[in-house]
Formats: sequence, C-alpha cells, structure tokens
Amino acid sequence: MSLDKATVRSIAALARVHVPEEELEHLAGELSRILGWIEQLNEVATAGVEPMTSVVEMRLRMRADEVTDGGLQEEVLADAPERAGPFFAVPKVVE
Amino acid sequence: MAAAALTGLGLAGARDGLRAKRFSARELAQAHLAAMETGRALNAFITETPERALAAADRSDARIARGEARPLEGLPIAIKDLFCTKGVLTTAGSHILEGFAPPYESTVTANLWRDGAVMLGKTNLDEFAMGSSNMTSAYGAVANPWRRTGDNRPLVPGGSSGGSAAAVAARLALGATGTDTGGSIRQPAAFCGIVGLKPTYGRCSRFGIVAFASSLDQAGPLARSVRDCALLLRSMAGFDPRDSTSVERPVPDYEAALTGGIRGLKVGIPREYRVEGMAAEIEEIWGRGVAWLKAAGAEIREIALPHTRYALPTYYIIAPAEASSNLARYDGVRYGLRVPAESLEEMYERTRGAGFGKEVRRRILIGTYVLSAGYYDAYYLKAQRVRALIARDFAEAFREVDAVLAPTAPSAAFAQGEKMDDPVQMYLNDVFTVPTSLAGLPGISVPAGLSAEGLPLGLQVIGRPFDEETVLRAAGVLEAAAGFDHRPSFLASS
Repeated sequence: MSLDKATVRSIAALARVHVPEEELEHLAGELSRILGWIEQLNEVATAGVEPMTSVVEMRLRMRADEVTDGGLQEEVLADAPERAGPFFAVPKVVE
Repeated sequence: MAAAALTGLGLAGARDGLRAKRFSARELAQAHLAAMETGRALNAFITETPERALAAADRSDARIARGEARPLEGLPIAIKDLFCTKGVLTTAGSHILEGFAPPYESTVTANLWRDGAVMLGKTNLDEFAMGSSNMTSAYGAVANPWRRTGDNRPLVPGGSSGGSAAAVAARLALGATGTDTGGSIRQPAAFCGIVGLKPTYGRCSRFGIVAFASSLDQAGPLARSVRDCALLLRSMAGFDPRDSTSVERPVPDYEAALTGGIRGLKVGIPREYRVEGMAAEIEEIWGRGVAWLKAAGAEIREIALPHTRYALPTYYIIAPAEASSNLARYDGVRYGLRVPAESLEEMYERTRGAGFGKEVRRRILIGTYVLSAGYYDAYYLKAQRVRALIARDFAEAFREVDAVLAPTAPSAAFAQGEKMDDPVQMYLNDVFTVPTSLAGLPGISVPAGLSAEGLPLGLQVIGRPFDEETVLRAAGVLEAAAGFDHRPSFLASS
C-alpha cells in the first residue's frame, strides 16, 4: 500500500495532528514503507482464528457499587491551565 | 564506608548493610545523589528529586532504628518518567505533558514506597515509550555509559527505558523501574550490561502508568543482578482493583526462587530465532548460554515457534493502533501543553502537532490509518488473528519445555544517530523481544558477555505465564556461569 500526500493529509486531520505541508511528501514515503513491510502478514493463513484481544484469560470483575474516593477537587484542579472557582476554565469545546 | 563503595553495592547488599547499621540510609542516598551529579552528562534523569530522597532516607533511618525496616527500606531507586508520581513532574518524555504534576500516584510506585524504597528522580525515556534508542525523547538523548573499545562516540542505551538502564549501569541508582511494551526493559538492559525483567502481562498494575499500548504495556525492574530484580519485582507486583487487567493471584517470594537448581529443567531453543544475517557473536553467546544451562543439568531441546517472523509487523499494527487511541486524550484542554488557535479544531491540531515528536506522530498516523473505516479488518483484525497464532506457538512449545533461551537483541548498542533514517531498521531491534510481549509472557535479559567491540550482550529467558520464578532461577544460573563483572567506561565517582 502506497500512501499519497492527500491520504496522509486526511489521516492527519482524522488524528487531529497538524503536519506542515512541506513534511507531507516525506511522511507519505515513510508511512508507505512501514505499511509495505507490514503487508507480509497477508501471507499468514488466519481463516477461523479468533482475533486476540487479551493475552490474559480472565473475565472482567464485578465490584461493589460504592464510593471509593472523592473530595479531591483541589488536587484534580491543580494542573488546570485556568480555573473559575471549583471548575476548569477552558476554551469553548461544545458549540 | 566510602561513597563509591556504597553506589557499588547491589540492592540486596545495601539492604543487608543498612540492617547491620554499617551505614545509614541518608549516607546511601547522599552517595547516589552525588553520583547523579557527576553523571549528568549521561542525561539519564529528566527530574532529580534530592530533597525528597533525603527526607525519605531520614524516615527510613528512623524506622531501621526502631527495628521496623520494610523490605526495601532506605534503598535509593530511579523511576522511569512514565510512572505518575504525585506532585512530581511526569513527562513521558514528551512536550505535550509539559508542566504536568499528577494528582495521584501509580500503583507500582506506591507499592515501592509502601515497602520503604527511596526515589532519586525520574528517568529519561523515548517519547511515550516509543523507541529502541532513547533518541525520541523530547528531553534529549541518553548516553550509554559503555563505549566501544578505542572509539569514543556516544552510544545509545537502548529504549525505551534507556534512562533507567543507563542510571543503573553507571551506578547512579541501585535499581530502577521500567516498562516494556515490545522490549523496552530487556533491550536497554542488554545494551547497558544489566538485568531487566518484563513480568507476565497482568502481574504488575498499569494504574498510573502513562498508557502506550494497553494490551502490551507491563512494568518491571532493572537492576545489576537477578536477585535485585527479584527483590524489586516482589514489591512492584500484585493485584490492583484499579487495573481491570491486573490478575488476582498471590505474589511469591521471588528471591526464594533463586535456588540455583535447574537440574532436569527443559529449555527450548527456538530455531526460528536464528534469523538471517544474525551477527556471529550473537550466535556465539547464545551457544555459550546453551552450554551453561546444560552444564547445570538442564535438558536442551530445539523447539519451533513458526510465526516468529510475523511478530514485528503484527506489533507495528497493534501497538500504533492502541497508541493512537490512548494518545487521543492529549488535546491541550485541561492539562499539559496548549497552542492557542482561532478554532477549537485548530487548537487540537496545533497542540498535538507541536507537542508530539516525529516518532510518536508517525505511530499515531499509522494507528489512525489501520483503524480507519475500510482498513480495520485488513490490518487490525488481521494482526489480532496473527497475534493469536504467535501466542499459540508459545503455548504449544511450553507443553514440551519449561523455559526458552534466546538472545535479547540482534546487536550490541549502536551509536547515537545510527538507524535513524529508516524506521523499519530501528524496529528490527526488537525482533527477539516482541514475540514474548505479544504473547504476554515473562522474559528477562541477563548480561552474558562482551562483543568484539567491548560492549555487553544479553541473553533472554522466557517462561510460562506467571512463572517468573523459573525465569529468575534459570537467569540466576546464567548469571553465575557468565560471571559478568565488566565495568562500563563511565562509572559515577562520588
């Protein structure tokens, strides 16, 4: 699979990562090489093989529905770029 | 006791010395803090925490005086800067986490402090643990304390736990934490001539470790002996209800597993690991490892792991796919770097464009692509199926054998700047460590000898799930037989 500049531009937009126009060409080459190398997986017969999502054979646990922590407002807000009282003050993210 | 003698001790030796009151925890911490100052050129630490170390050491001295010493009481260690440490800058080696001081502590580090360990600082790493050279850190490259004979060019310490490995090898810390997603503990341990253990997936909690690829990430120890790794693992491991993949089973006394007895142990030699173009000296050290285990009474068998060659391409779909999801949270809104822009969309893009380095960006883009509509089945599902086959290979092999012996890396440490032009060349570093990661198995790297250029080479022992004890026991036999007592070119003098 060979990616062109336009495809890289659209993947970058999907990933919300700004890529300067002058780097697109080079990046397309790199990503194409990586994807070309990855494609050797097509040689492997995998019909009937279940996709592996976890290496640990386990079921997710249920836990009691109870409050285990909380009251950490000051700690949680410590990294806030800006705050308004007990809230994060951030650029408008919901139109 | 002289400071250099203190930094030269192992964890177990320092523990015994503290208990016998031959020196104090404060003296031990001071010796290491001084060593860190002389070793700053290595760039092994992103953040040093001397005041915290001395305060913790004083508390340890008080406990020792009261006869209340805990398992790691007063032992100074370094923490990979991927573990969240409450109130202490945690960067993941990335600009995007600039200024981030987590409001909580990772479970693994909390376990270490519960047992009395003393934090010296946070160690450098490849950005978001993505790399095999420590060259991708936003905080600069780390120098391997080893140099080639007659060649003064700085070498890489391996990665991604490169700062941890360099710090331990140079005697700046008695031990360190690392994380291993595809080889990030074992490969740097091999490059720096120390021991590094990746436990079974689920053995150590991932809570509070900055996530890279959640189905693969696992924390583990780096130290200068197998015993020291056993000591650290016992404190790091354990069930944690805050990690849904943490496994609820008792933590054994790993140190007690080091009996030295491996008579009758069946050890597999995977024929597919004799990769084309493998350096003769790697093959030679592997052969020596086989002979050492045989001499100790192990039975050696050739085994087949037929899907080995597909492990790396499988990994380079699964890991970037998981990374692209995990790293979606860095949006510049509530913490870390923010690049202001006109629109919200642009703020996200500019923040992430400026905050992520080239390798991280590459992997996010690959991950986004293989997960995107129309490609998900062809790439991601395909990789998960091949992963199942790779795990099955190991499961079948472990019906015949109790452990597997392999090289850790296909070469010794390389120079800074080498292998930088071609990402695939860099990825090949992990050819012997990635299969174990995909299968979730425990693996350890032990220094086994020197290359012709005078650099350490590591051997890897791989075990069954949750059988770290056999892995450690076999590693202990290799360690004793190898008698690796070579010293790196740079040793901190404090």
